Amino acid sequence: MPAVSKGDGMRGLAVFISDIRNCKSKEAEVKRINKELANIRSKFKGDKALDGYSKKKYVCKLLFIFLLGHDIDFGHMEAVNLLSSNKYTEKQIGYLFISVLVNSNSDLIRLINNAIKNDLASRNPTFMNLALHCIANVGSREMAEAFASEIPRILVAGDTMDSVKQSAALCLLRLNRTSPDLVPMGEWTARVVHLLNDQHLGVVTAATSLITTLAQKSPDDFKTSVSLAVARLSRIVTSASIDLQDYTYYFVAAPWLSVKLLRLLQCYPPPEDTSLRSRLTECLETILNKAQEPPKSKKVQHSNAKNAVLFEAITLIIHHDSEPNLLVRACNQLGQFLQHRETNLRYLALESMCTLASSEFSHEAVKTHIETVINALKTERDVSVRQRAVDLLYAMCDRSNSKQIVAEMLSYLETADYSIREEIVLKVAILAEKYAVDYTWYVDTILNLIRIAGDYVSEEVWYRVIQIVINRDDVQGYAAKTVFEALQAPACHENLVKVGGYILGEFGNLIAGDPRSSPLVQFNLLHSKFHLCSVPTRALLLSAYIKFINLFPEVKGTIQDVLRSDSQLRNADVELQQRAVEYLRLSCIASTDILATVLEEMPPFPERESSILAKLKKKKGSSKLPDMDDSRKNVNGSSEHAEDAEVASKPPQFLLEELISTDRPHPSSSATMLPTRTMVPSHTFTDNLSVNSAPSSGASLLVDVFSDFSSAAPTEGSDEHFPRFVCKNNGVIYENQLLQIGLKSEYRQNLGRMYVFYGNKTSTKFLSFSTSVSTLQLNVQEKPVDPLIEAGAQVQQILNIECVSDFSDVPVLNIQFRYGGTLQNITVKLPVMLNKFFQPTEMTSQDFFQRWKQLGAPQQEVQKIFKAKNQMDTDVTKAKLLGFGVALLDGVDPNPTNFVGAGIIHTKTTQVGCLLRLEPNTQAQMYRLTLRTSKESVSQRLCELLPPTNAVPPATAAPLAELFTATLIWSWDAISLHRHMTSSKRGAIPALKHSGGRTVVGA
Amino acid sequence: MIKAILIFNNHGKPRLIRFYQYFSEDMQQQIIRETFHLVSKRDDNVCNFLEGSDYKLIYRHYATLYFVFCVDSSESELGILDLIQVFVETLDKCFENVCELDLIFHMDKVHYILQEVVMGGMVLETNMNEIVAQVEVQNRMEKSEGGLSAAPARAVSAVKNMNLPEIPRNINIGDINIKVPSLSPF
Repeated sequence: MPAVSKGDGMRGLAVFISDIRNCKSKEAEVKRINKELANIRSKFKGDKALDGYSKKKYVCKLLFIFLLGHDIDFGHMEAVNLLSSNKYTEKQIGYLFISVLVNSNSDLIRLINNAIKNDLASRNPTFMNLALHCIANVGSREMAEAFASEIPRILVAGDTMDSVKQSAALCLLRLNRTSPDLVPMGEWTARVVHLLNDQHLGVVTAATSLITTLAQKSPDDFKTSVSLAVARLSRIVTSASIDLQDYTYYFVAAPWLSVKLLRLLQCYPPPEDTSLRSRLTECLETILNKAQEPPKSKKVQHSNAKNAVLFEAITLIIHHDSEPNLLVRACNQLGQFLQHRETNLRYLALESMCTLASSEFSHEAVKTHIETVINALKTERDVSVRQRAVDLLYAMCDRSNSKQIVAEMLSYLETADYSIREEIVLKVAILAEKYAVDYTWYVDTILNLIRIAGDYVSEEVWYRVIQIVINRDDVQGYAAKTVFEALQAPACHENLVKVGGYILGEFGNLIAGDPRSSPLVQFNLLHSKFHLCSVPTRALLLSAYIKFINLFPEVKGTIQDVLRSDSQLRNADVELQQRAVEYLRLSCIASTDILATVLEEMPPFPERESSILAKLKKKKGSSKLPDMDDSRKNVNGSSEHAEDAEVASKPPQFLLEELISTDRPHPSSSATMLPTRTMVPSHTFTDNLSVNSAPSSGASLLVDVFSDFSSAAPTEGSDEHFPRFVCKNNGVIYENQLLQIGLKSEYRQNLGRMYVFYGNKTSTKFLSFSTSVSTLQLNVQEKPVDPLIEAGAQVQQILNIECVSDFSDVPVLNIQFRYGGTLQNITVKLPVMLNKFFQPTEMTSQDFFQRWKQLGAPQQEVQKIFKAKNQMDTDVTKAKLLGFGVALLDGVDPNPTNFVGAGIIHTKTTQVGCLLRLEPNTQAQMYRLTLRTSKESVSQRLCELLPPTNAVPPATAAPLAELFTATLIWSWDAISLHRHMTSSKRGAIPALKHSGGRTVVGA
Repeated sequence: MIKAILIFNNHGKPRLIRFYQYFSEDMQQQIIRETFHLVSKRDDNVCNFLEGSDYKLIYRHYATLYFVFCVDSSESELGILDLIQVFVETLDKCFENVCELDLIFHMDKVHYILQEVVMGGMVLETNMNEIVAQVEVQNRMEKSEGGLSAAPARAVSAVKNMNLPEIPRNINIGDINIKVPSLSPF
């Protein structure tokens, strides 16, 4: 028997609906509706009191009219009247009308609240449910005020019916979302958590949703839910399907509840209690095992339910990110899904893998699926799925596969859907920059981007390529040559003209030697595009022309003629006209020297966060960027507030973005070429010197831009910045709302000089500014600092430092000043560590091994094993070691992946020689560091400084050591001995094997 | 959280709309139009998810009707697909071979059934037996209150069929029936 008796309806309603359906035209329909509205209005206004049935009928008609898309501006009062009816059906339709049509700030809420109050007190479960539904659906603040204290009571009362409990839990959840301040949980917490043990699975499901939301807000209060949730999950997962008969859905036991419980567990780190933890691991393993079993039903519902649980389990595994075994299994499972015939599963697998790629345990495992993902990009019919494939390729990209991935994305771009082109362009631009070892490749990639999808290349992208070319002198010639060639295409995108104009204007001289790209040819080529371009591009080209006049005096006349022509000097556009007039005049009156000064090559740009990355984040919100795993934290979605939904739904990422962008020079100003130097980047604390002076560490420079990004936002406390200074001398050491402190320092032997820059970030001046340095073991001499710092200004202070003997304490800088009447006190640890007094020492491998042997006493050697925090990148590591202060010795270690370094620590009293060896183990993502110095305390101290982090994992060191000893059969002393002997031709030594599997054969 | 539930037919005519987050009437209509526009041009064998900036559309297409759930990131995609199936199977049990016409003429009933599944944007109950039991309780209460209003009931069904001469012409009846258990939803 059908549950709904179809016949029991309202005749008038059915007739009305039929009439509407019979209407032949839209006009007829509107006419019929207006007639009905007039009829209902007159009935409601009429003198005769309507009976409940009629009210119900008319209200129902209004609902139908509303569904068709017509505004309903009356009838609310009648609906409210129905609430107090004794008849269930009338009450029911009244509540329905209100929850569909009444918004939270209606003035009827007080009346509605009255009716709800009566129904909640009625002790009739059906009526109570109607009332609770209404509160949950409308969820206004007034309702929260009226019922927030009542609902928890209903929820935990012993005699409440199960169905009412379910409604009460969700009702409370809704109120907690809309008006969290009005729902104090304190006294109810324990009893709400206890609902996880309820007999009725429906109650448990609702309670889990509630607890998940509450736990996100105050995790500590709901910690106890973890053990209950694990216990519950374990019972469901291991039960035979008959145990939970009602909640078994196509042979899967309680899939919904399992999903909810797994979500709840994602609010917490892995449980610390070992038995609980192993029980959870067991659950997750069982879920993974079940995925391999043959399906119990061929129905898609069966596989859906099973996989819903599986995907949620995988999300939890990724969230915990602690069990390598599970992570790899999860990755394999997802790999199977990548080729599944169900599109939904392929989509979800790509999505999950994206987060998996950011885990260090599974990054490599994810990478093995690259061919499948590329294939998906090429063959998937569904744009949603292709989009996911692009995301995953972006997430799995690293130095080893970047060329392949970028090439595939570029080729996909030619046919990609218009809706996702801009995003792909941004991603390609970021990857090309991030993993560029060879900057010619980077330039080629960006020019290809412009060629393939010029319209989607945003300003940020071409600004960035120019910034990079300007900052890296090794690529400038190539860039000039390449843009020159690209510009020869008969039709090229305006963005290419912009890049070409800028680069030739700066570096055209680098290719001018070739007669095929002589100055005149370059100029004519650029000028041939001039007339096809928009005003901003023309303005840029004019600037390029004046730069040409400086670079190539031989084309001065030609360019002056162009500037002098009417189309320039009398151009209708004021900007173009002004530039033409000024440039022409400048070229006529300025001497060559002045011209050369004014039109000097652009200075390097400050290294800040890539603006492209910021743009991508802005575009995509937070969730898609694999390196920002907000999506995992945000288990229950954005919180939603009735009053300020917009603010609340704004991802936190955005706020961060805005902060970053305010202290970044505006990109447009950095890209126009004003001939004066007014726009030379004002004081920057970031390391400009290394851009020009240290090409060997240059490869890591751009990588650093990315890794520094997280600290680009103002953060309190100096300790976060501190570790980065172990391997570098310049940068921002401290920043808060008021003050930014930057450092530049240089060291020679046992002396150091540090320039401290205090920047006032506010619009008020700092008064009585004073500083003092406290140190125990160093001699620090402070130059006086100006007691007044104007708003937005920066002052500099010099500290002279002398290292007397080896030391471990770190000097502390105390700063005091008055800001708006209050005294501010700030203490900052100054990054003066022992390694700063390193003098790098080159030596031959023979010398090295000799010394190594000499320093063989046990107290002279320290060793430690630590986990790689980031990708184990050779260039980055090299740069870090160089920054640490030692000279890197190539060809000393027989294993080329190992690093060997030497240096001398200078103090006033002594000099301490130091040898260093760093062995990466890429498989285990670990490093082993060995240091030998002539002085025990120096060995100890230096060892503490590497790796430069706040927290070194101490506890795990012992078992990890086995990792190395197990794989390294050879001993270094043996090698050195062997070398020693071979060099002195003392005979052969048997072959020795080492971790890399390479064999050193004796001569 | 589920932000909205939309049911419309192949021509975009809304058959049920339920918003759990406040939108003005105009916005609601616009959302319906845009959702229909997005969903209707997709083939039946592509995936059932569509991603917006801060929401996801998860939908199923049954014969003449689209069931679309708009959710935020806190919901499991496959879970919601199952929920749609539970809802449709429940409708089928309650209406006996539910068809689009049932949704049109019993909009209020469909709302009541939905209320047993989803409440304030959160999943209330997923056990079909439980849901049907609740609906039956409501039904009994309605019957017991019936009295006068029960009388014209039979007349209604007569009217309904009498007034709809165009149905067999326009729509293939066999197509309308949502015989869920036997239907592969893809």
